[in-house]
Amino acid sequence: MHIKVDVERCVGGGQCVLSAPRLFDQDDDDGTVILLAQPEPGEEDDARQAARVCPAAAIEIID
Amino acid sequence: MRIEMPVWPFPRERPLDPPDRLTDLRATCPVSKVRMYDGGQAWVVTRYDDIRTVLGSDDYSSVNTWKYQPSASRAEAERGEHSFTTMDPPDHTHFRKMLTRHFTVKRVAELRPVVQTIIAEAIDRFGALPQPADLVAELAYPIASRTMCHLIGVPYEDREWFEERAEIRSVIDADPAEAAQATIDLLEYVDRLIGQRLDEPQDDLISKLAHELLVPGRLTRPELVATVRLLLTAGHETTATMIGTATFVWLTHPEQLAQVQADRTLLPAAIEELLRYISMLHITVVRRAKNATELAGQQISPGDGMIANPAAANKDPAAFENPDLFDIHRDARHHIAFGFGVHQCLGQQVARLELNSVFGVLFDRLPNLRLAIPAEQVEFGNSNLIGVQSLPVCW
Repeated sequence: MHIKVDVERCVGGGQCVLSAPRLFDQDDDDGTVILLAQPEPGEEDDARQAARVCPAAAIEIID
Repeated sequence: MRIEMPVWPFPRERPLDPPDRLTDLRATCPVSKVRMYDGGQAWVVTRYDDIRTVLGSDDYSSVNTWKYQPSASRAEAERGEHSFTTMDPPDHTHFRKMLTRHFTVKRVAELRPVVQTIIAEAIDRFGALPQPADLVAELAYPIASRTMCHLIGVPYEDREWFEERAEIRSVIDADPAEAAQATIDLLEYVDRLIGQRLDEPQDDLISKLAHELLVPGRLTRPELVATVRLLLTAGHETTATMIGTATFVWLTHPEQLAQVQADRTLLPAAIEELLRYISMLHITVVRRAKNATELAGQQISPGDGMIANPAAANKDPAAFENPDLFDIHRDARHHIAFGFGVHQCLGQQVARLELNSVFGVLFDRLPNLRLAIPAEQVEFGNSNLIGVQSLPVCW
């Protein structure tokens, strides 16, 4: 699994940080998404959850 | 034969369940024409996926949706009053990104000690009142107001004045002239506060926004005034109503309350389920179709009004099994109680912080908290938000 984030689309809702805090953070300046890491085995569900609840469709999961 | 077009909003038979008519439409004709109170028409969208599509897709606009809004917003639109909630990208993006840094998960977590102190003091004062007392007016509003006043930098002594004006604006059948005057009053009030903070900055959001955005010319003064006005009213009635209504749900589901009391790790998921189950936004949100498109078999024309209501999405059985059941053990995290798309609630982490903090201590501090009247007699309000108007309790 591979995650791609689109900072231009991101509105800084923070849903990804709640879903997968090890994978996502928010930029201190404008709140947009920062991808901290690609998912390790066992983190796929959290990554999928983050993509599912992102309000701006800024997270893409590539299997 | 002419079939009478249903009038929006549909009446609710039971305060916390979606209108039966909406549930019927979801099963029979999931995107349907409805008549608005002023005679105009719009589409009501009833399925979770379709509602997410309307709120999340660039085919639908937030500009000029006032025609489909209750009177306060209409009065505002007629005055040409705009905040970033009625803009599309890229204008919206420009505004929102200036504010988001103050509402990230990390920044909001820093507020936790202050919010916990506000809550502890509010519960102490509440517990000392003669019984029964109204939990909404005496506990929920003080918590929500103090938190917002602290965050934004508004004097708490002014709270009754601006809460009254915020309420005038949110009543469904508000008098447009009165709603417009309430808006003008609030804008003038905010403008004065901004003026003060330009001269004497404090550690609050008004000061930060004034110096980060207004001084370097990233926002004009009317733009900043409209933005702060929105922040001031957006986090008040919403969180207060949610605290009161959630308390009602806990008191009418004592077994689930006992489970959370016994195992506090269940609380964050339970808060998401409360947000889903209560779904306060029961009339809005509204969008306008930008392009000709098809939705659930209906031909949507450019300019059509679309009612994409989060409460309808959150009670769709395709997205949540037995949706009308309150169940803290379900995974409710994909609810859209805070909306969906680029306009999803900016302050949602503040709301989560307040709700988790309140229900982390309320029933420990007041273990005998109970309704002072039968549950059926609890009054639900006539506003943009569904929720308890007052909640008489003993403890």
